[in-house]
Amino acid sequence: MLSYEDLVVQAEKKNLKVGEIIILDQMEQLEQTEAQLRRRMSENLQVMRDSVASGLTGERKSLSGLIGGDAAKVEARRLRGESLVGETVSKAIARALSVSEVNASMGKIVAAPTAGSSGVLPAVLLTVEELYQAAEKDVITALFTSAGLGMVIADRANVSGAEGGCQAEIGSATAMAAAMAVELAGGTPRAGAHAAAIALKSMLGLVCDPVAGLVEVPCVKRNATGATLALAAAEMALAGVRSAIPIDEVIDTMEAIGRQMPCSLRETAQGGLAVTPTARRIHADFL
Amino acid sequence: MGKANVFDLLGPVMVGPSSSHTAGAVRLGAMARKIFNGEFTQVHIVLHGSFAETGKGHGTNLALVAGLLNMKPDDERISRSLELADERGLKLDFAQADLGDVHPNTVKFILKSTDGRQMEITGSSIGGGRIVIKEIDQFSVEIPGDYHTLVLLHRDLPGVVAQVTNLLAAAQVNIAQMRVSREKKGAQALTVVEADQKIDQDALALIRKLPSVVQAMAIEPLE
Repeated sequence: MLSYEDLVVQAEKKNLKVGEIIILDQMEQLEQTEAQLRRRMSENLQVMRDSVASGLTGERKSLSGLIGGDAAKVEARRLRGESLVGETVSKAIARALSVSEVNASMGKIVAAPTAGSSGVLPAVLLTVEELYQAAEKDVITALFTSAGLGMVIADRANVSGAEGGCQAEIGSATAMAAAMAVELAGGTPRAGAHAAAIALKSMLGLVCDPVAGLVEVPCVKRNATGATLALAAAEMALAGVRSAIPIDEVIDTMEAIGRQMPCSLRETAQGGLAVTPTARRIHADFL
Repeated sequence: MGKANVFDLLGPVMVGPSSSHTAGAVRLGAMARKIFNGEFTQVHIVLHGSFAETGKGHGTNLALVAGLLNMKPDDERISRSLELADERGLKLDFAQADLGDVHPNTVKFILKSTDGRQMEITGSSIGGGRIVIKEIDQFSVEIPGDYHTLVLLHRDLPGVVAQVTNLLAAAQVNIAQMRVSREKKGAQALTVVEADQKIDQDALALIRKLPSVVQAMAIEPLE
């Protein structure tokens, strides 16, 4: 079984970033050179940048009409200098909403790790990149770090709402984003692991209860709160805060909780928010 | 499925909102197009289960048609596929039905050409954009679209499979997987061969000439 602890130990021994260990591993698995892998990841990064930008104009509406325009509202408030949570967090919120709105309105995104959770990672990435003025090469390496954590989660648990609930989708995305943020902010691989553990612990138990079965409510706004949670976890880890439970054990816990979750709370729209009177009305109106 | 790689976790690049209901649906349409392997002017599309229930909000109908028009899951014209189909004179109609004990994300296509050729193709979107074709013209198959695929309808007699594999070997086609199924002993059997290389027209013609072969079809893999 894959282990993030192993990856951190390897990175510490070789004085590399986790992403660089992952690149070495993937060169073998995918039979590609480092340059090929980096080029492909940089294409994905470009799609992420485009999806962050294109939702901020507020012109997109989802197929049901429930989603659209919220990223633009948050962005406008920040631009007016009225942000409550400060520039960094406000930008991350608007960007996560943007990508998720693009996704809900049939625009192009990178599944990260899924389409429903595609807003968290690009929002955190671009915000931290900007803040620390990170070089493109380091941004790409950080994406490999986050994907490496994703591989561990997919191996020990899963990244599917139908199997593990929302904790497996947006929860995984949040942990992946937290580890990535620590690395880009100059933290150690060990601190990245703590950030991921803190983030995922905060998402444990989250159910997948989409209104009318659509990837809209509550998914879009959960991407935004997931992004802020990733930043909070990274902030703690960078300050030296440690997670008492190590990341691998948190991932195993997520898997166990997913198995204990009833089917009605795993993407079937038969429980949770999806069966509220309002959700039933929305469902009936739309279909 | 083997071990996931980095691009399974940060990818695919796709048009939203759902890997199963949108990206997978595009691939199902594309696979139906490949299996029909010729021009079609009319498609009847039957949606089952979750495809019928939540398809509208996921653009499943748009995605299925986009696939029929040869688009890929990252094509930003997917949301306009119905107009594009109309411009090309492709007649479409949609229905909902219970297709029986199948995966919740299942669709049946009935494709027709102007010269009266018709084909029924049923497939399911099984998660993360992966698909499997389950039925072609009443015959149960299991085709994920990852390989060059040969579908053979033949008489259930000794030696038929060996003749086919010999012809494939002679054409330098390496077999990755192979499944033989039959309704009852001695009647018709169906063989699905998944291969690493393209099964070219010459090899296909030789296979069709085998006396026990009733029908043979080569299907290209999805990208």
